[in-house]
Amino acid sequence: MTEMTYAQAARLGLREEMARDPKVWALGEDLGYEGGMAGQYKDLQAEFGPDRIVDTPISESTIMGAAVGAALAGTRPIAEMRFSDFAMCSVSELVNQAAKARYMFGGQARVPLVARMPIGIRGGIAAQHSQSPEAWYVHTPGLVVVTPATPADNRGLLKSSIRCDDPVVYMEHKGLWGVSGEVDEDDQEPIPLGVAATVRPGDDITIVSWAAQVAVAAEAAEVLAGEGILAEVIDLRTLYPWDRDAVMKSVGRTGRLLVVHEAVRVGGFGGEIASDVAETLGVPVARLGGERIPIPFSIPLEEAYKIKADRIADRVRQMLA
Amino acid sequence: MSSNLANEPARVVEMFRTMLLIRAFEEAAGEAFHAGHVRGSVHQYIGEEAIAVGVCANLRDDDYLTSNHRGHGHSIAKGADPRAMMLELFGRVGGTSDGKGGSMHIADFSVGMLGANGVIADNCTMSVGAAQAIRLLGEDRIVVNFIGDGGINRGPFMEALNWAKVYDLPVLFMCENNQIAATTTTRLVTAGEGIAKRAESFDMPATTIDGNDLFEVDSTVARVVEEIRNGSGPQLIQAMTYRLRGHFAHDPAGYRDPAEVEDALGREPIARTEAWLRENGVGADEIEALKSAVAGEIAGYVDEAMNADWPDGSLAFTDVQDIGAPSYPGAGQ
Repeated sequence: MTEMTYAQAARLGLREEMARDPKVWALGEDLGYEGGMAGQYKDLQAEFGPDRIVDTPISESTIMGAAVGAALAGTRPIAEMRFSDFAMCSVSELVNQAAKARYMFGGQARVPLVARMPIGIRGGIAAQHSQSPEAWYVHTPGLVVVTPATPADNRGLLKSSIRCDDPVVYMEHKGLWGVSGEVDEDDQEPIPLGVAATVRPGDDITIVSWAAQVAVAAEAAEVLAGEGILAEVIDLRTLYPWDRDAVMKSVGRTGRLLVVHEAVRVGGFGGEIASDVAETLGVPVARLGGERIPIPFSIPLEEAYKIKADRIADRVRQMLA
Repeated sequence: MSSNLANEPARVVEMFRTMLLIRAFEEAAGEAFHAGHVRGSVHQYIGEEAIAVGVCANLRDDDYLTSNHRGHGHSIAKGADPRAMMLELFGRVGGTSDGKGGSMHIADFSVGMLGANGVIADNCTMSVGAAQAIRLLGEDRIVVNFIGDGGINRGPFMEALNWAKVYDLPVLFMCENNQIAATTTTRLVTAGEGIAKRAESFDMPATTIDGNDLFEVDSTVARVVEEIRNGSGPQLIQAMTYRLRGHFAHDPAGYRDPAEVEDALGREPIARTEAWLRENGVGADEIEALKSAVAGEIAGYVDEAMNADWPDGSLAFTDVQDIGAPSYPGAGQ
């Protein structure tokens, strides 16, 4: 086992896939000298050359659109968008083109691209660099949506996403770039898409979350354990397709569900999970998500947006009361 | 007409036949639309046939082509099967996209036709990416990107021009300037001198030609395609033309000056090519036989499409995605 950060693990996974398959390449702004916003491409241009780690102009439509064309023409591109906020400049290329080419053309096409667009609050980068729009893409037929929460997952899920023949929206959480964890470098097997991970077992309630919010949910579960409340924490890992079986099985046992996400609660993906569980199992469900405000800049304002462990614990206590 | 084809009448006859086929396909598609057999929208290519035919005559099967909403002519010229295309317009079994795409999403990957597209200029970004794939895979294909004059005011067009030049990619931006975007005259909403000038501002060679002159299209594209294949980098050709019909089949184009249309009819490409053939020894009988054969071919496709099976509803649920593929809930649910 090697201790490495979420960003280093992502770099490792990408490097392994690029070495394995010469058709894998990446394009985006500042991948060469800068090595990506968090070093997730560090030194890869020197290793694989400027035609496989391509520094691009600030042309988001074309970063994404070129990836679509290159995927249709037989390669496996990774479109690095830097921020999911910037990726909004390329929604047509992703939603109208990548997600639909296979379908519209009656199965003649495959679009094996990874649209890499980090989400979430990193701290102090405000309304246009902190959003979590994962629900937009979960809502779009044709797309797979992945949200890694740990260094090991950011290596293994990235590898699976690169090998996937469907277009994958790969949403790393910017707040996790520097978080360290154990990674088994010898085990190069990808982590399958669509399979959730049980972060902490428990019998009293199921808490479903993803990305940076998983650690916050686990923190709440730790507090609750001290009170004798055993919360099972599930990291969804892939949002579409979400691991419905794992969630239903867990909630079938615990009898209650709380979904927690950093994204805005209104229209958030937690609503879909909660509704499906309520319809299927008829058990109490609840959601916690951001209020419907832009992400603010100043520390106390930004903190006020976040869903903290104490709020999660309070909600669980209410549900069990 | 200038020509490098004077010694190749057989080739001109073949190109003329393809132009007739496109014209007949579009006339039939329009009639089927008005009769209620084809739904949605049908953007006819009538009057612009010399461009698609003159361009594709100079491409290999494995060269890529990306198209727009007015893509029937591009598809037929690139080698897509008009029978399967007609079935697609009718939404029937055997269509190019199994009835999932319709008129605006015709594709035939077996002949490098990477798809017509319903979003103007999005194909420009896809074309430069396909060209990057060509380079990465060490191939010698080129990409032809069709775009209309209306598309040149979208950001992706300008992004893609810059991108193609920066990476020196084998892309031909083939602009069909029919001077009108849906119902809006392009020059009224376009600053500067327009298309060619925009390409030149990126140091990209741009050539403006009469797109209704098959021979000028053919000879220009032959030269430019050879240059691109030999490493010239991207180029743009602006082919001046005229959309003889409305934006789509249900647009009577009442916003047009009848005198302008009358004038354009005098310059339309099929009559001009036919005149050249007559002057160069092809008999009226042979031309009539060609027209009759093409009309019969298209009528046969329409007849077949009218009587073809409708797809089963379950087909709507296939080819969405592998991971998380949807399942068919069943009819009536």
